[in-house]
Amino acid sequence: MHEWALADAVITTAKKVAKEENLIKVTEIVVKIGELQTISREIFETALQQVLKDAPDLFNEVTCKLEIEPAGFKCMNCGHEWLFSDVKKNLDDDETESIHFIPETAHVFLKCPTCKSPDFEIVKGRGIWVDSIEGEK
Amino acid sequence: MDPRINVVEKRLEKIGKVIAIAGGKGGIGKSTVASLLALVLADSNQKVGLLDLDFTGASTHTILGLEDFHFPDEDEGIIPPKLHGISYITITNFTQDHATPLRGQDITNAILELLAITRWDELDYLIIDMPPGINDTTLDIIRLIKKIEFCIVTTPSKITTKVVKKSVELLQELNVSILGVIENMTYPTIHYAKEAFPKSYLGTIPFDETYENAIGDKEKLLETSIANTLRNFTVICDKMC
Ligand SMILES: Nc1ncnc2c1ncn2[C@@H]1O[C@H](COP(=O)(O)OP(=O)(O)O)[C@@H](O)[C@H]1O
Ligand SMILES: [Mg+2]
Ligand SMILES: [Zn+2]
Repeated sequence: MHEWALADAVITTAKKVAKEENLIKVTEIVVKIGELQTISREIFETALQQVLKDAPDLFNEVTCKLEIEPAGFKCMNCGHEWLFSDVKKNLDDDETESIHFIPETAHVFLKCPTCKSPDFEIVKGRGIWVDSIEGEK
Repeated sequence: MDPRINVVEKRLEKIGKVIAIAGGKGGIGKSTVASLLALVLADSNQKVGLLDLDFTGASTHTILGLEDFHFPDEDEGIIPPKLHGISYITITNFTQDHATPLRGQDITNAILELLAITRWDELDYLIIDMPPGINDTTLDIIRLIKKIEFCIVTTPSKITTKVVKKSVELLQELNVSILGVIENMTYPTIHYAKEAFPKSYLGTIPFDETYENAIGDKEKLLETSIANTLRNFTVICDKMC
C-alpha cells in the first residue's frame, strides 16, 4: 500500500515542526485528506501507527486526528460546479485506482457533467494536509 | 502544510545523480536522449531509473516499447517497474496512455505525489525526461530536488538555439548545475551549439535514419548512432563529474 509513504510524509513533517518549535513532546497531529485520494480512514490510521512504531520517543503519546475533506470541481469552460461523490459511482475499478494513486488523473477519467469538458479545477478535497501540530515545550 | 514536500529528499537519498534532460523547445530530442541514455547506462551495468515528467506529451514509453500498462506494485509506496533493466515511472501506467489534460497546479501536484510515494532503489542515475519550456515542471524540480543537474538538448537551428540559450541563461541565474549541452540531429554543414554554448558544449548526435525503425525495439535502439554517441558521452560525463 502506498498510504505508508504518505503517512511517513506526515510524521516526517511533524518531526521537522517539533524540531523547529523545540517541542519535547508531540501530543496531537490533525491531518486532512482530500476525498479525491480515495484513501480509507482505517488504512491510513494503520499506516500512521506503523510509521509511529519507529518514531522517536517524543511521539509516544501522540493522537492523530483524520478528517476527510469532500472533493469538489468547477468547470473552467462553463462554470458548473459538482461533487466527486456525485460522479464516483460512474468510475470503473481501474479508473478509481488511478485516481487513488495520482488524483490528477481525474482529468483523464472525469468530464464536466454539463459541457463534457475535461478542463475543470479541483476546488477542494485534493491532497493531504497537515492542519495542525500540538505539543509541549 | 503539504507533508509531501518534506519527504522528497528522503525518497531520493539512495540515488547518485539526478539528471534532467531539458531544453526550451519541443521536438528537439529530449525524450530520445533521455530514453537512450537510460538504455545505454543500464546496458553498461549501471543502476538507472527513468522518470517521465512530460505528463501531457509522454513519449519515453513509445521509444522504449512499453505496450501493456499496469499499476506499479506497492510496498510502503510504489515500486518502479523494471523495463529493459531500467526502474521506470511513467504516468501512462496510471492513465493507460489516454490523453492527460493538466493545468499548472495539477502538474505540480502530480509531480509531488509521484516524488513522495515512489520508492526508488539504490540508483547510480535517475534520468528525468522533461516537457518543453521553462514551466511548472522545470520550476518544481528545481524547487524540490536540490541535487538536480541539467543536461540540455539543442538542435542545429537558429530558432532552437535562441530559445534554448534563454533557458540555459535562466538556469545559470538560478545557480542550477548544468552538466552540458548536446547538439542533436546535426548534419555536416550546420553547427551552432559550439559557438552558443562554448563552456558547456558536450558534442553532437547525428541525425540517424535508422532510429525511426528502431523505436520500440531495445536491441535496435542500442545499435543506433544515437546510442553509440551517448555511450561516449557517459564516459565524458563520468570524467567530468
Ligand atoms: N538523432 C536523431 N535522429 C533521428 N531522429 C531523431 C533524432 N532525435 C530525435 N529524433 C526525432 O525527432 C522527433 C522529436 O524527438 P523527441 O525525442 O520526441 O523530442 P522532444 O522530447 O524534445 O519533444 C521524433 O520524431 C524523433 O524520432
Ligand atoms: Mg519529449
Ligand atoms: Zn462545463
